[in-house]
Amino acid sequence: MQSLILRSSTRLLVSLILVFSIYLLIRGHQSPGGGFSGALVAGTAFALYAIAEGTASVRRALRFDPRNLIVIGMLLALVSGLTGSIAGQPFLTGVWWTFTIGHDYEIALGTPLFFDIGVYLIVLGTILTLILALEES
Amino acid sequence: MNETDNHRSDWIARSTALLPLLIFTGAATLVMPVMSNGPMRPSLPWVPGLDIFLSFNIDGLSLLFILIISAVGFFVTLYSVNYLHGHHQTGRFFLFLHAFMLSMLGLVCADNMMALFVFWELTTIFSYLLIGFEHEAAASRHSARQALLVTGAGGLALLAGFLLLQIITGTADISGLAVHADALRSHPLYSAIFVLIILGAFTKSAQFPFHFWLPNAMAAPTPISAFLHSATMVKGGIYLLARFHPILGGTATWTATLMITGAITAVGGAILAMGQSDLKKILAYTTITALGIMTMFLGGRATPSLTAAMTFLLVHSLYKSGLFLMAGIVDHQTGTRQLENLGGLCTRMPFTACSAVAACLSMAGFPLFFGFIGKEIMYKGALAETMCPHLAVSAAVLANALMTAVGGILIVRVFWGRPRPELSAVKEASGFMWVGPVVLGGIGIVFGIIPEWVGKWLVEPAVRAFHQSPYKIKLELYHGINMPLLLSVLTFILGGCFYLAHRPLFRLLRGTVERLPITSGRAYDGCIAGVAWLGHLQARLLQNGSLHRYLFIVMATFVVVTGYTWFTRIDIPPALSLPMLPIREWLLIALITAAVITVLLTRVLLLAICALGVIGAGLAIVFLSYGAPDVALTQLLVETLTVVIVSIILLKLPALKRTAPPKHLKRLMDGILAGAAGILVTSLLLAVLAIEPDLSLTAFFEQNSYLAAHGKNIVNVILVDFRSLDTMGEIIVVAAAGLAGFALIHQKRGQ
Repeated sequence: MQSLILRSSTRLLVSLILVFSIYLLIRGHQSPGGGFSGALVAGTAFALYAIAEGTASVRRALRFDPRNLIVIGMLLALVSGLTGSIAGQPFLTGVWWTFTIGHDYEIALGTPLFFDIGVYLIVLGTILTLILALEES
Repeated sequence: MNETDNHRSDWIARSTALLPLLIFTGAATLVMPVMSNGPMRPSLPWVPGLDIFLSFNIDGLSLLFILIISAVGFFVTLYSVNYLHGHHQTGRFFLFLHAFMLSMLGLVCADNMMALFVFWELTTIFSYLLIGFEHEAAASRHSARQALLVTGAGGLALLAGFLLLQIITGTADISGLAVHADALRSHPLYSAIFVLIILGAFTKSAQFPFHFWLPNAMAAPTPISAFLHSATMVKGGIYLLARFHPILGGTATWTATLMITGAITAVGGAILAMGQSDLKKILAYTTITALGIMTMFLGGRATPSLTAAMTFLLVHSLYKSGLFLMAGIVDHQTGTRQLENLGGLCTRMPFTACSAVAACLSMAGFPLFFGFIGKEIMYKGALAETMCPHLAVSAAVLANALMTAVGGILIVRVFWGRPRPELSAVKEASGFMWVGPVVLGGIGIVFGIIPEWVGKWLVEPAVRAFHQSPYKIKLELYHGINMPLLLSVLTFILGGCFYLAHRPLFRLLRGTVERLPITSGRAYDGCIAGVAWLGHLQARLLQNGSLHRYLFIVMATFVVVTGYTWFTRIDIPPALSLPMLPIREWLLIALITAAVITVLLTRVLLLAICALGVIGAGLAIVFLSYGAPDVALTQLLVETLTVVIVSIILLKLPALKRTAPPKHLKRLMDGILAGAAGILVTSLLLAVLAIEPDLSLTAFFEQNSYLAAHGKNIVNVILVDFRSLDTMGEIIVVAAAGLAGFALIHQKRGQ
């Protein structure tokens, strides 16, 4: 399907959707969103790109096989879970660090964020693996 | 691999014999302290949450087993290096061998019942791996699987028995069970515990009717047969019976079951041994006999009976492992184990022949050999029993007479007579191979000459470990002319007769066994075939490859099971009311209904998929308007992606040919099922709404979400923090599904 309108709008849309997806991932802890929804959004972005430009372009844009995303995500989730164990608490217990920025602005960074990123990578990796495999078959 | 490499790896393998040697030395130094200070009980926390400790109880009984296991293990290791010389998987062999030895040592030392069970199963698994060591031969695999299934099933029964014991007494340590013995024997569940534990012991120790796996286990390399299937693993059941003798023993059920099963096994095994011509099979059946004798005497209550069981355990381990090693040497040097192809080997293989003669005479129970002591105490024990002494005496005499005959057959048919011309080139095996049988045979003679010493240091502590008795436990060479000695003489006479008649007996038995209507082995094969048949049947019925059928079965099961449970067990009427809704909600309902009707009526797949998407999106709006933005977001995204992915698939599919419309009956069935599922789910949802929800969890999450987890979005905090283990499981499923889908698509492409 080589439609000029689709291709031009896709270029604009894909970057926007991907930014939105990251936004969803990061804000997930405070407002609606999170790793799973973020990954689904990113999945639609790549699906759109694949339909408009073909799978070869998606693979070029990704630079590596999406199956690697699954592995990296799994490792990330595992490491963030093990951090709790290393800290002497049960596996997957959240460990938090707080940083003070400026005078009185605190940021809390915890292993659940990395766990969520792990979820994001696994779900995105799975969707891309399937979509690309289907498109190429 | 060249010859130097072989040579070097041989020496590495040989050096592993240091392990059993060290264990043997360590155990030997423990004999004195244990005798004077009582058992040693080291303990480590293992799963403290479940009250499981890796606790050990090293007493006289354990020590007797440790010494046997490590001594035989030492000689078997040395022997195996030469036996397997040049085999391409020697590393694996020695790994399994030593792992087995350590599990077996754990088994005889464990005090915690769960620990004992784990070691028990480990010996089963290593036995499986070792029987199937020559895994390229189908017969070897079959025998390995048979041994695994039979002993594994027994192991499961044992676990159930242990759990019952633990629930009733509240203690997990075997040493702590003895105080509950009287309560257990009169407990209503005594029979259940007894049957379960006995099943474990009988399958492991190859008692009738589970004996059939042992002769088949002879597919293992011969040193393995010598180690596992004569000296150690099969004695695990005997160990268990001895261990539980003070706890469950002494009842009429115990005595009758053990004595009768033991007697049948002992005599049956010995008779079957006469009908064999393969050296290893003969030895396997006489091992069954020996195990039967031990079981029979462990059924007894009198001190001499139990002493007999322990003495015979030692006697048998010494001579039988020697004989197996001898059979292996003969096989290795001549290439055959068939009696009719052997003969006159004594001049060719003098060391092997000497060791074999010593072992056979011990088996036959000649005076000055340890076997004689074992036999005398056996008769003494049988005569001391109050319950069915005649059975025990006659079974013991018959079994011993047959074993005497077998000993004679082995000596004469293998080593005596004129050397056969085709065996003229046979040479004696390497010293590493014959040293084991020679030393084991030598010990048999030494022990036979100084039985008092053996009785004091090895047998008495073992018996005292599970049997409190005011009587002295003594082994003596000569008791004077009494009943046991007369029975011994009778045994020799009978044995001589059996020996003289062994050729006709052999022919007679050969035919008879084949004509039996049912044997345990055939019953086992029947069971396995039955399971396979059932598997094929359910696969044909349930998994015929039609997606329609799968969906139908899954949905029907859901409707029937959920509906049945709901209507019979839970009494909540669905709350039906027509709420006042704003107009936009009615519009939404109209939209979803229109989409549903489209899905039902359309013949165009793409349209159906899009309409399904509309339903999903409509539901997302419902979620949104009732304050669940997270659910709405996810729902909407999932619907979108589903439509995209299914559209890709549909566009890739070749144009569907117009098939004949489905039959009316089939459509009717589908319609009924779909309607039932819809009504069930709807009424369930309505019923759920009628219950006042328990808000305690909600309150907990509301309070802790920000304080403990720094998040205001409770849904996400639950997903990635409070219940992240669930999410972990889900992402593993997602990843596995993705990779499996990828593999499927690629497989299709390959075709």
